[in-house]
Amino acid sequence: MAKLSGLGGRLYSGETSFDFIGQRRRWYSISAVFILASIAALAIQGLHLGIEFKGGSSYTVNKSGISVEQARASVASVDIPGEIIVQKIGDSKIRIQTGALTTSQSKGVENALTQTFDVAIESIDTQIIGPSWGKEITKKALYGLIAFLLVIMLFLAMAFEPKMAIAAIVAVVHDVFITVGIYALVGFDVTPATVIGFLTILGYSLYDTVVVFDKVRENTKSVAAVGKITYSQAANLAVNQTIVRSANTSLIALLPVGSILFVGAGLLGAGTLKDLSLALFIGLAVGTYSSIFIAPPFLASLREKEPAMQALAKRVASRGGASVEAVSSATAARPAISPSGNRGPRNQPKRKGRK
Amino acid sequence: MSTPNKTVKSPARSGRSLLILAVILLGLIVTAFVQGASAVRLGLDLRGGTSVTLQPRASNEANKITSEAVDQAVTIIRQRVNSLGVAESEVTAQGSGTNRQIVISVPGDSGRRVVDLVGQTAELRFRQVLAESAGTPTPADSSTAATPADGVVADINARYAALDCTNPANREGTGADSPTETIVSCSREGGAKYILGPAEVLGQQVSEASAGMDPSQGVAWFVSLTFNGEGTKAFGALTNRVTSLSSPQNQVAIVLDGLVVSAPRINEAIPSGNAQITGSFSQVEAQDLANVLKYGALPLAFDRGEVQQVSPTLGADQLNAGLLAGFLGLGLVVIYSLLYYRGLGMVTVGSLAIAGGLVYLLFLVLGSTIGFTLTLAGIAGAIVAIGVTADSFIVFFERIRDEAREGRSLRSAVETGWQKARHTILVADAVSLIAAVLLYFFAVGGVRGFAFTLGLTTLVDLVVVFLFTKPIVTILAGVKFFSSGHRLSGLSPKSIGMKPTQSVATLEA
Repeated sequence: MAKLSGLGGRLYSGETSFDFIGQRRRWYSISAVFILASIAALAIQGLHLGIEFKGGSSYTVNKSGISVEQARASVASVDIPGEIIVQKIGDSKIRIQTGALTTSQSKGVENALTQTFDVAIESIDTQIIGPSWGKEITKKALYGLIAFLLVIMLFLAMAFEPKMAIAAIVAVVHDVFITVGIYALVGFDVTPATVIGFLTILGYSLYDTVVVFDKVRENTKSVAAVGKITYSQAANLAVNQTIVRSANTSLIALLPVGSILFVGAGLLGAGTLKDLSLALFIGLAVGTYSSIFIAPPFLASLREKEPAMQALAKRVASRGGASVEAVSSATAARPAISPSGNRGPRNQPKRKGRK
Repeated sequence: MSTPNKTVKSPARSGRSLLILAVILLGLIVTAFVQGASAVRLGLDLRGGTSVTLQPRASNEANKITSEAVDQAVTIIRQRVNSLGVAESEVTAQGSGTNRQIVISVPGDSGRRVVDLVGQTAELRFRQVLAESAGTPTPADSSTAATPADGVVADINARYAALDCTNPANREGTGADSPTETIVSCSREGGAKYILGPAEVLGQQVSEASAGMDPSQGVAWFVSLTFNGEGTKAFGALTNRVTSLSSPQNQVAIVLDGLVVSAPRINEAIPSGNAQITGSFSQVEAQDLANVLKYGALPLAFDRGEVQQVSPTLGADQLNAGLLAGFLGLGLVVIYSLLYYRGLGMVTVGSLAIAGGLVYLLFLVLGSTIGFTLTLAGIAGAIVAIGVTADSFIVFFERIRDEAREGRSLRSAVETGWQKARHTILVADAVSLIAAVLLYFFAVGGVRGFAFTLGLTTLVDLVVVFLFTKPIVTILAGVKFFSSGHRLSGLSPKSIGMKPTQSVATLEA
């Protein structure tokens, strides 16, 4: 731990530096590969939607010593359409999922189960979702997602600057694609709880990005005036300075999520807790990656296109400092960012009067 | 580096912040005590029960989905649910305008009756029987099998011949029969099918309904009806007219939601305004039917969007799992903060404890004021919020360390670090809040519970960071253990990675 915080100090001063921004092409290509794979997985396999979205019924019988075969035979005796999925959950639970049933078909299944397993009808946990309801839920989830992205973009544009908002949203969209792709690839069930997870992830991913961007903004405020380092270099320093913080916040966020996943998947077997925490778990990992490797480089790409920043890059290059393009390794980046004994952030005027 | 008046002012201001927090806590405790709220209200998924979400559907021209119709339906459904006599049952409309769903939740395990009770439109109609036969479809060529009555058009006749009442899909009560038309219909059991004339007596002409049993007939339950004046007249006229006709046209079908409950032969005119519906009812069925008829038909037909039934066993399991996950998550976060932040970690633990206390009190108070119930998704939201809350401490602490690395004294590092961290925390929490609010408005059911707790805990996070964490850290900055950069304080020069020379500067400042 102490070692880690020691590293934090070195990263802060620029003594140790990872070149996140300069190697952006590499991160972009990695992400592009993942996104293409996600799109392919989505197109070929599609998402495995839970009954909440497509309509259907689920019955859970809780009795020790019952088998999947018994349940299958019991339900097969009732004439119902569509595929029947029978799963064993934990030691003593069997869950049966069917397509959308009519009221009388549903009653038939319940009766068959109560007879086969000799349990009271009240002890069967059921969930019945009408086919049109699933469409309604899907529609609402999509509206929610779109509204969220729009409002957040506006908000960030106001709280920071428009280009930061664009970069943050690009990172978030990146996260959504990859997380959804993983779901399509592995075939995890997508339920409303999963969608909640997705949306929460967006919030988290943005939280991480906000932390990094706050530092970027601070470091780049007067780069043009000082003229010693380029926008990209200043942004890279910000990422390095906040990386310990990002790692910490992600880890701390992961701890409770991990315990929900452990309890939800391990003890309950299935349901809200598992679906929610699985989406959170995957999304958090992707979100942490994008807040370091995607959002800041993308922001730098956007800003470096501005004439003022290009002029700055030229000035820095002519002074003999390493230009952004030339910076490719961690060691090469160091002299440009922290001239010995005169560390980057200190060069900037102190903001005593800032409110 | 910091102006003198800042450092002088800060402890006083810190004391004031802590005082405000104490007042808030005390206020919540008193409110909870006055309201007599001693336990958090649990959702049905945590204590067992049934929830039904109904989606309005316009079944024919006569009943369009209007806001009034939905309101009226809520009232009628509420009366029906209340007739069950289960405490804490709830009937609410969610959404806005005509795009609303009706959500019914009934705790305990009487839920199965609720599902049948609330979904029925309960449109009761008395129609003359024009033709009757067994419920199987009649082969097209042998049109003699069913003798069509006079005045029945060929179209109806063909539908009658094709109707297969053994198919369960044809025995779903729809309530879609138009009162002015001649219809074809199945019996509830599917054993018989009918051609029925236009409705002559309607459900709204029933003034009283009750369940009864005739011991002389064995244990057969029936429902007694009393008509109002208009209904008495209409029913008298109908029975008077059909008695003289030949079978099956001397039968009157009692049609509920488009299905024939019974079709008794009328031997004599009934001018008294009373009628009985017999069928093979159990006691519960008869009582429920009487209740349904008493409170009237729903102005709309409903599709069952979602029915969720959780047994008390599963409810208890889920509650335990949720609590276990919560404690586990909290424990891990506490251990991590103590290992990483040492002395400052204690501040995290204290802040989380305060936040936990605030959230619990808010759950109590909101439970009795706005009927907030804690669901499994809500617990998940609260657990996730532990992470968000801890995140804001980390942002703050790391900022302090950054400032200390710049060579500031601890006291000054806390103040400048806070100035900068505050912006980050505000923006990040605002993002969380926006997510929560949007989720709440776009989602239905369980998702709303999650959004609500997420939003609530984010607000609590802000309160705790501003009124507890920051003031406490300011006060601690004046304590030697921290300001001297003790090895266990979490602010030692070594742990924040400063060179020894700089740490001397820190000590001097």
